[in-house]
Amino acid sequence: MKVDQISIFLENKPGKIEHVTRVLRDAGINIRALSLADTSDFGILRLIVNDTVRAEKALHEAGFTVRRTAVVAVEVPDRPGGLHSILEALSEKEINVEYTYAFVERSGENAIIIFRFDQTDEAIELLLKKGFKVLPGEKVYRL
Amino acid sequence: MIYNEEFETLPSEALEALQLKRLKQVVERVYHTVGFYRRTYENAGVVPEDINSLDDLRTLPFTTKDDLKDNYPFGLFAVPMSNIVRLHASSGTTGKPTVVGYTKRDIDTWSVLMARSFAAAGLTKNDIVHNAYGYGLFTGGLGAHYGAERLGASVIPMSGGSTKKQLMILQDFGPTAICCTPSYLLHLAEQGRVMGIDIKSLNLRVGILGAEPWSERMRDEIEKRWDIKALNIYGLSEIIGPGVAMECLEGRSGMHVFEDHFIVETIDPVTGAPVPPGEEGELVFTTLTKEACPLVRYRTRDMSRLIKEPCRCGRTLTRIARLTGRSDDMIIVRGVNVFPSQIESVLLGIEGLRPHYQLIVDRRKELDTLEIQVEVGEEIFSDEVKVLQGLERRIAKDVKDYLAVTAAVKLVGPGSLERFEGKAKRVIDKRRI
Repeated sequence: MKVDQISIFLENKPGKIEHVTRVLRDAGINIRALSLADTSDFGILRLIVNDTVRAEKALHEAGFTVRRTAVVAVEVPDRPGGLHSILEALSEKEINVEYTYAFVERSGENAIIIFRFDQTDEAIELLLKKGFKVLPGEKVYRL
Repeated sequence: MIYNEEFETLPSEALEALQLKRLKQVVERVYHTVGFYRRTYENAGVVPEDINSLDDLRTLPFTTKDDLKDNYPFGLFAVPMSNIVRLHASSGTTGKPTVVGYTKRDIDTWSVLMARSFAAAGLTKNDIVHNAYGYGLFTGGLGAHYGAERLGASVIPMSGGSTKKQLMILQDFGPTAICCTPSYLLHLAEQGRVMGIDIKSLNLRVGILGAEPWSERMRDEIEKRWDIKALNIYGLSEIIGPGVAMECLEGRSGMHVFEDHFIVETIDPVTGAPVPPGEEGELVFTTLTKEACPLVRYRTRDMSRLIKEPCRCGRTLTRIARLTGRSDDMIIVRGVNVFPSQIESVLLGIEGLRPHYQLIVDRRKELDTLEIQVEVGEEIFSDEVKVLQGLERRIAKDVKDYLAVTAAVKLVGPGSLERFEGKAKRVIDKRRI
């Protein structure tokens, strides 16, 4: 039920993101979702790609520091209050959202939100119990 | 003004005779009371009886900072701890500091040397001394303090920091002399200007400045901005603290070494061979009167040259010129000695951290800045920003705790720092003094 996300350490220098996208292009990798967290000193680029293993290898060989993180993809009804209903459900068990970002593609009529939780397994269990649709990695990479 | 007129104006034969007498006593003492010296001299095949002239000093091996490190903390003390009334420590090359001890007589000697230094700057008991050197384990604060008190002047024990408060005291208490690092005095000038204070109208007459290298150009700027005389003072904890050598008001050209208490030599840092007066070499000192931690031929790693020409102040003491640099990789940040290897020790103390780092030293608004760039490898890379920021803060905190220096930490990508064959060039110093 989890989705593999690649996190890449980016030094705060011009051309770093460009280097990443060049490496991925040369390896024929397709980016499905991305988010960039920035501080004054460095950034962390988070990507969901169509071939995690090959992407990690290519980035590693190019000298980047990468790490794989488990995130959760949740289908969100595409109307006002959709995201709120998910967060409301999670607050019941005091599950913390470390970060979140939206997915590029849709799943049918619904939007998809990526979450990183501090308690991943508990979050998935709770969401499924409340009737939310959690998308497994295999499905997400192919969207 | 000369505090100990007799000793500071001895004719050379009398001074040399005094030095030789004291040197023989020191070598005899360390041979019999300090295990390190006993072993070193036995290995070198020398005995105290071999010292019959000042030239014979050259037959004795050097003492280095590593020797103090290897005998940390109290291995080089020549007296039992019950005779020690003070302990001080300064930066070591690794995680441990360099430790020195003082007997009651040593504190007295040190106070007299600092009183001589203040007198050379034209101070008397009527002066009020603003002491902004750091108090604590560093020898700067307490050294200047005891010396000014000995002279009979009125001491304000400010220590470092709290710039606004320092400026308030300068205005309200009206000190006539200030002790601090030259860069801090320029920083105070800048802050004073920002606060709208007319620093030229203050009662300050003279600055006794040291603990870091500074240039004639900086002296001119300080004297112009403050309307004071700015004099250079030299010292190091291992030898006694500040008060090993002091510039005189009349000459303002080189610092007089208090040769009745210290023998100064200059050597070639690579071969150890003596370098004649007038030529640049590494300063080496032998303490003649210290009881607790006598040192023979201690290599300071400071580069300078000896000035033997007579000085217009009347002192016959040899002068040392402004320091031109170091023969090792130590840097000075805001008056604090920093060895790159100390930073390395701190980094190695954090699990998962690769010791690939670089130090960038700069000076902004007259204050030294230190940036430590550290490479992020996979072991410490976290997906969460707060974890990486926490790492930066932890490194900065450990550096502050162990080195007493505030550094900014910047995480950089793997492989972005230069790799070196042989000795790594860890420091990029952008300061132009």
